[in-house]
Amino acid sequence: MAELTMVEAIRTAMARAMADDPSVLVLGEDIGRDGGVFRATDGLLDRFGPDRVIDTPISEALFCGLAVGLGAQGFRPIVEFQFLGFLYPGLDQLINHASRLRNRTRGRLSCPTVVRSVWGGGIGAPEHHSEATEALMAHIPGLRVVLPSSPARAYGLLLAAIADPDPVVFLEPSRRYRSPREEVVDDGHPLPLDRCAVLRHGTDLTLVSWGATLGEVLEAADALAAEGVEAEVIDVSTVKPIDTGTILASVERTGRAVIVHEAARAGGIGAEIAAVLADEGLTSLLAPVARVTGYDTVIPLARLEHAYLPDVERILGAARRTMEYS
Amino acid sequence: MGSDRVVARFEIHSTRYLEPDGTPIEPLPAWSDDRDTLVDLYRAMVRTRTFDARAVALQRTGQLGTFASSLGQEAVAVGLGAAMQPEDVLVPSFREQGAQLWRGVTMTELLLYWGGDERGSDFAGPREDFPISVPVGSHASHAAGIAMAFQLRGEPRVAVCVVGDGATSKGDVYEALNFAGVRRLPMVLVVNDNQWAISVPRAVQTAATTLAQKAVAAGVPGEQVDGNDVIAVRTQVALAIERARSGEGPAVIEAVTYRLTDHTTSDDASRYRPPEEVTERWAHEPVVRLRSLLVARGWWGKDDEEGLTADCRADVEAAVDAYLHTPALPATSMFDHLHAELPAALAGQRAELEAAVARTDASAEGGHG
Repeated sequence: MAELTMVEAIRTAMARAMADDPSVLVLGEDIGRDGGVFRATDGLLDRFGPDRVIDTPISEALFCGLAVGLGAQGFRPIVEFQFLGFLYPGLDQLINHASRLRNRTRGRLSCPTVVRSVWGGGIGAPEHHSEATEALMAHIPGLRVVLPSSPARAYGLLLAAIADPDPVVFLEPSRRYRSPREEVVDDGHPLPLDRCAVLRHGTDLTLVSWGATLGEVLEAADALAAEGVEAEVIDVSTVKPIDTGTILASVERTGRAVIVHEAARAGGIGAEIAAVLADEGLTSLLAPVARVTGYDTVIPLARLEHAYLPDVERILGAARRTMEYS
Repeated sequence: MGSDRVVARFEIHSTRYLEPDGTPIEPLPAWSDDRDTLVDLYRAMVRTRTFDARAVALQRTGQLGTFASSLGQEAVAVGLGAAMQPEDVLVPSFREQGAQLWRGVTMTELLLYWGGDERGSDFAGPREDFPISVPVGSHASHAAGIAMAFQLRGEPRVAVCVVGDGATSKGDVYEALNFAGVRRLPMVLVVNDNQWAISVPRAVQTAATTLAQKAVAAGVPGEQVDGNDVIAVRTQVALAIERARSGEGPAVIEAVTYRLTDHTTSDDASRYRPPEEVTERWAHEPVVRLRSLLVARGWWGKDDEEGLTADCRADVEAAVDAYLHTPALPATSMFDHLHAELPAALAGQRAELEAAVARTDASAEGGHG
């Protein structure tokens, strides 16, 4: 057992999957000798060799297209994008090909690939490095979109994503890459996809989030507990398809929901969850569903990004307003 | 003045074996001395042309969706199809029915596809061949991925990708070629250069003298063939495929041809190109060219032609019949292959559709009763 950072947990999961399944390959820029810009693939080249850890030219559309061809031939390619802002040339491949190859061939061909990308803001990175556009990909039928919130969840969810027979977009919050550490057991056990995780049980309020902002959400839940409000904290984990059952069951008990995400508000995953609560949970609701999100602006560069990202105070403000309804 | 030296040069070769009137430019390749081989190519081109004409007629009478005819370009698809081995994988664009039919895709499957049924891409024959790619050029990297799979497994197989002239204006094609060059992938890219990307002519697509030379920048050999000469297409594509199979890396072959008809049935080419240009190009078309050689060699006569015409019509009509008598899938089939297993979150939507269909069916029955 070891206390690992998220990036170490991701590397451990890839190494485990590659050791267990010779069809698993890793492709991307700087992932070989350099070990990836965040060192997520560090050591994999030495251990598995250049036929399985493959540096590609800087051709983002190409990596995703290669994954379609390799996947159709029975490999399980893991494609690494250094930052989400650089994945967009690959979206054409994900939308027009990877997500629908199985459907358009009635199951004859499929694309069992994992597209990993660094996601989100908060590390003072340059332009285009802090994107949180999971909703873009979640809108595409046939794509799964998964966001881990901690090292142990990253390990288990990535194993599940690699084992999944269809394309999975796996978005890794850079702000949680190096801390906190968490005990991760490298036992090869996947965590279920398409399922929320309840990170904290509570009866008064449901806080729903995914990815990096769960750090602030859990902190807010502690502060609320000190005020006598017991919040349930749900890590959505797979934002497409969403396990709405877990969220609805929680809100049925608490009657109150605050959705927190760092992506822009309009058309975000929070809107989808709020719509489901309105459709299927209306009679349970004691207060309007609140959203604490990034603004519908371009995420600012380093000096102002903290003002964009949901923080504990904004979450607490929304939670307290939600509790005022009776 | 500093030093000035030439650090790289290239030249592009072009191959033709038959003049437009069918006169052979000797010596022809040895394989073309075999009557049956040449007759098979001829039959395949006529069969493709018959199929295309019938598909267009089906569309015009409301029995097929949009369709892309390959009229005038049959030698490209048939030639490259014949150059491949069964274990190779074809990654086509949307005008390679001649190659697909050669490789065992059925006419019924093609009609189902263009008629709006996904089962048309579930080929019973070449199970690993890719389906038609409607997006332009983005399938080139799929061929690179397939070729990489062959290379990693040490299999002597080749991925053959076909793109149109317009696709060579796209970065996707260059990215795939560039990577294929770096890794010496067993991949052959055939450019079906039919001069028109819908309404945009070759001269507006690129200032390059040839499309084959676009390979040079990727460190990949490129050459031209007369795409209306099936002997040239089959010979040069087969050479490239066998070089790729033996580990010598990828190649680009630009097959220069001409689109004698509209881009698809949704297009009207008379809006943008002069009829005289098309009339002139009919003198270069590939079917008559090969037939002239067969006739000159005494290998083909009136009876053969009549027999072939009847055979092709019968084949096509049988396929049309099978297509028209294939009932649509149930509506809920749209959920069947979205993922390997239907995610629990989608079960509700599937049930919703099932109920909507049941209501529609019930009201239709009520209306008749």
